[in-house]
Amino acid sequence: MRRITLWLLGTITSVVLLFSYHTSTSSAGAAPTTVIAGQASGSGQTDGGTSSGPTSSDSSGQSSSGSSGSSSGSSSGSSSGSSSSSSAAAKTYAGDTAQTQWGPVQVQITVKNGKITASDVLQVPSGNPRDEEINSYAVPVLNSEVVAAQNANIDMISGATVTSDGYIQSLQSALDQAGL
Amino acid sequence: MTVTAVPTRRVWVEQIMGMPISVHVRGTVATDADPHKHMETAVAQAFSHLRRVDAVLSPWRAESDLMRVRRGELSAHEAHPWLAEVRGLCAEAAERTGGLFTADLPDHAGGPRVFDPTGLVKGWAVEGAARHLALVDGTSFCINAGGDILAGKGQYAGEVSPWRVGIEDPAERTRIAATVELTVGAVATSGNAARGAHITDPRTGSPVDRPGSATVTGPSLLWADIWATALFVDPEGAQETIALGDPAYRSLVL
Repeated sequence: MRRITLWLLGTITSVVLLFSYHTSTSSAGAAPTTVIAGQASGSGQTDGGTSSGPTSSDSSGQSSSGSSGSSSGSSSGSSSGSSSSSSAAAKTYAGDTAQTQWGPVQVQITVKNGKITASDVLQVPSGNPRDEEINSYAVPVLNSEVVAAQNANIDMISGATVTSDGYIQSLQSALDQAGL
Repeated sequence: MTVTAVPTRRVWVEQIMGMPISVHVRGTVATDADPHKHMETAVAQAFSHLRRVDAVLSPWRAESDLMRVRRGELSAHEAHPWLAEVRGLCAEAAERTGGLFTADLPDHAGGPRVFDPTGLVKGWAVEGAARHLALVDGTSFCINAGGDILAGKGQYAGEVSPWRVGIEDPAERTRIAATVELTVGAVATSGNAARGAHITDPRTGSPVDRPGSATVTGPSLLWADIWATALFVDPEGAQETIALGDPAYRSLVL
């Protein structure tokens, strides 16, 4: 499955077209994500342009019923670290791979001038009946979450206790690696 | 040797007690001077403290002191002194919340009641961890432990910019329902949005099974967390108790 997403970014000095494209795979590693951004200065506040798809939420694919405690298991992995960036201004950060009840999920964000300008899901589970649901439902929810938080210039999110499993961890991981 | 002072922001994350714990640090740190290393050490000690608390007080670890005492394998005076400390805090919390907070909980649905301090251990543990971070001069920090937040700063940090904390909308978790600015202090939120009904109403012994959330902000994460739990169990009653009994805390029910 492939999704093409287009963001239009306005900045003070220039209009930047950021064209992001990725193919979902279930294997680890960097996805073929290309980020093209022109040089820009000033505060590149992003607005608008969340991706398509339904954004209704609630129960955003939360797994993990009640099991805090053991710090084992969840959050496998380490395919972390920054990856490609094609301009001096934009950098991408990949979050740790989070194990969800459907399989591994990994989120990547693009940061320019200290602001999140895009988020992508690098890795989603495949090969099971929930695949379609995750791709069409959960992924847009995640994307709008990161953009909404950024628009409010939020440093941290307080909410009902988050466990180590699931999507939010992966997103938090990407945010934390960006060190915004 | 030239020392250049640069503003920095660094982030550490670990999974402890089954949840992601993020530590964000800001400061003007001399690039090749000690404070940077001091902060690395302090963060490592903070995480280490949380892991130690988990090892001693987790009800999910068969070998924790809590569980060994519960099974009668360890006497109370042989156990780690933290056990007595949280027992005292649980008693105080039950009293101050008028019984809306309790550590006297069913072992499992319908099971016998046992001592379970989990409702306040997280906030208490994060405060202990934060004491390590506050020892680093010239920096400010913000810890997010699975949605509960504690901010603070070291000496000589000067005027630090506040951390902006978004309160998640429990009905639409992609939205921010409110924001709080925090320089030194805590924000705790209780609700069922992430884990389902897991908070027990001490008055009935049953889980509080409803949507929404309760957020409390104030100086200590231990008490913000206790008050948020009480507020989720009984929004009206607890709001009055907080306003009268602990006016340093502000609450928001969503």
